[in-house]
Amino acid sequence: MTDLSVSVSSNAHLASQQPLPEAPAKVTVRNLNFYYGEHHALKNINLTLGTNRVTAFIGPSGCGKSTLLRIFNRMYDLYPGQRVTGQLMLDQTNILDPKLDLNLLRARVGMVFQKPTPFPMTIYENIAFGIRLYEKISKSEMDDRVEKALRGGALWNEVKDKLNASGLSLSGGQQQRLCIARTVAVRPEVILFDEPCSALDPISTAKVEELIQELSENYTIAIVTHNMQQAARVSDKTAFMYLGELIEFDDTSKIFTSPSDRRTQDYITGRFG
Amino acid sequence: MNPIYARRRRKDIVIRGLCIGAAAFGVTWLALILITLLYNGIAGLNLQIFVADTPPPGSSEGGLRNAIVGSIIMTVLGVGIGAPLGLFAGTYLAEYGRNDKLTSVIRFINDILLSAPSIIIGLFIYGAVVVPMRGFSAIAGALALAVIVIPVVLRTTEDMLLLVPNALREAASALGLPRSLVIKRIAYRAARSGLITGVLLATARVAGETAPLLFTALSNQFFSLGLNKTMANLPVTINNFVQSPYAYWKQLAWSGALLITITVLALNIGARILGAERTAK
Repeated sequence: MTDLSVSVSSNAHLASQQPLPEAPAKVTVRNLNFYYGEHHALKNINLTLGTNRVTAFIGPSGCGKSTLLRIFNRMYDLYPGQRVTGQLMLDQTNILDPKLDLNLLRARVGMVFQKPTPFPMTIYENIAFGIRLYEKISKSEMDDRVEKALRGGALWNEVKDKLNASGLSLSGGQQQRLCIARTVAVRPEVILFDEPCSALDPISTAKVEELIQELSENYTIAIVTHNMQQAARVSDKTAFMYLGELIEFDDTSKIFTSPSDRRTQDYITGRFG
Repeated sequence: MNPIYARRRRKDIVIRGLCIGAAAFGVTWLALILITLLYNGIAGLNLQIFVADTPPPGSSEGGLRNAIVGSIIMTVLGVGIGAPLGLFAGTYLAEYGRNDKLTSVIRFINDILLSAPSIIIGLFIYGAVVVPMRGFSAIAGALALAVIVIPVVLRTTEDMLLLVPNALREAASALGLPRSLVIKRIAYRAARSGLITGVLLATARVAGETAPLLFTALSNQFFSLGLNKTMANLPVTINNFVQSPYAYWKQLAWSGALLITITVLALNIGARILGAERTAK
């Protein structure tokens, strides 16, 4: 067995080396193919995201992991010339149904992006804005919801005295946690993280990672990351993707200690990618 | 000194001298124009200008009230009609039609319209509105100004919306915002100062337009608020008075020109301040 450089000690179940009990499926992917115009970007993907589990997607740049994430909330629909085949279910809902109301889907499947994207409005409004889209509630209820969301984003203590400051006045790490709070505020079922820490400093990264683990108690989480230590630290399951294919999908502890595919092992030991 | 370096130094001095000379040449004329305008215009600036209407021939009493009010009415109407159209069209190009082949055609035609001589636009409205309505009218003048406003506002709107990062639109969509709200609440908000700047610059542009009004609103010696009648306005009044034989009328023309210049300057400074706020954020 090759000596693997990645530490996997921070997750309790990883240390135990016991296989994770199967969680009920939240999102089911069957024979999924994706095309950018003529380019076949995802090839026959099959996997499930377990309810209230964190699933990490790793792989070299261009392997299709972000593409896959952007199918879960039909983000690709914003752009022309992109096409998908196969089956993708969120509980009993067919995500790929052309008649599906995308706004309702995206309220159920939230997304946090690589770069923090606070809206050009106050911190309070950044949160309240999304809530108001689907709920009509009183001012005091809204205050409660905003506080709850900001606590959920581990940001409340830092911003409680300046809720009327612009969201753009926060630091990069705070902005990203504001975006997480904003996503949590609309009470989605699934949260997608697309390299959420790649623009953050190490301390902010640690805070966001901690937050992801806390969120996994209530949400099903998918995270794309270039940082393998991060995948090892925060996830229960890891999917390794390469050139548009899903090479290996297993418990994170297994992927990082005894991967069954040669390419997975080469990637996580830093031989390529 | 190293001969290659010495030659480069000499070249640098020559080029820099040419650049400074060219800049000074341009600024000198501008300064001369402004100083002359200020010198001649300020002499005639008094309350009379704002409360009395344009004088009858031979009289040396009177002001520019009807022309000032007429200019304000037609400019506000023109911007009021043209700016929303430009904003909506610009929004289409930058948001809905971004991947549409039609977009580049529209943009090209808009650029032509943007640089079209304003007298052509005056003639167009003359043919399209004045002739069918059987007479010059303030509304025709306002429409001519609106046609000038549209391409200016369209262009700045598109440019400003394209500066809004796509990540912001994706983030808003990912929250479940319908397209219309992404544009209204997020993109417009992020580009707000830029959009206002565009409208202000368009206003400044039409505030001093003479040619399109010459064939549409014409002018009026009397005070009139009727939109279906001819209406006095500063640029055409200046044009008429400059050519008159009376010294007092010429004085009024100078003062009117100064008023327009101050207005345009104020609008431009306002646009600058808003633009600076934009970059500061």
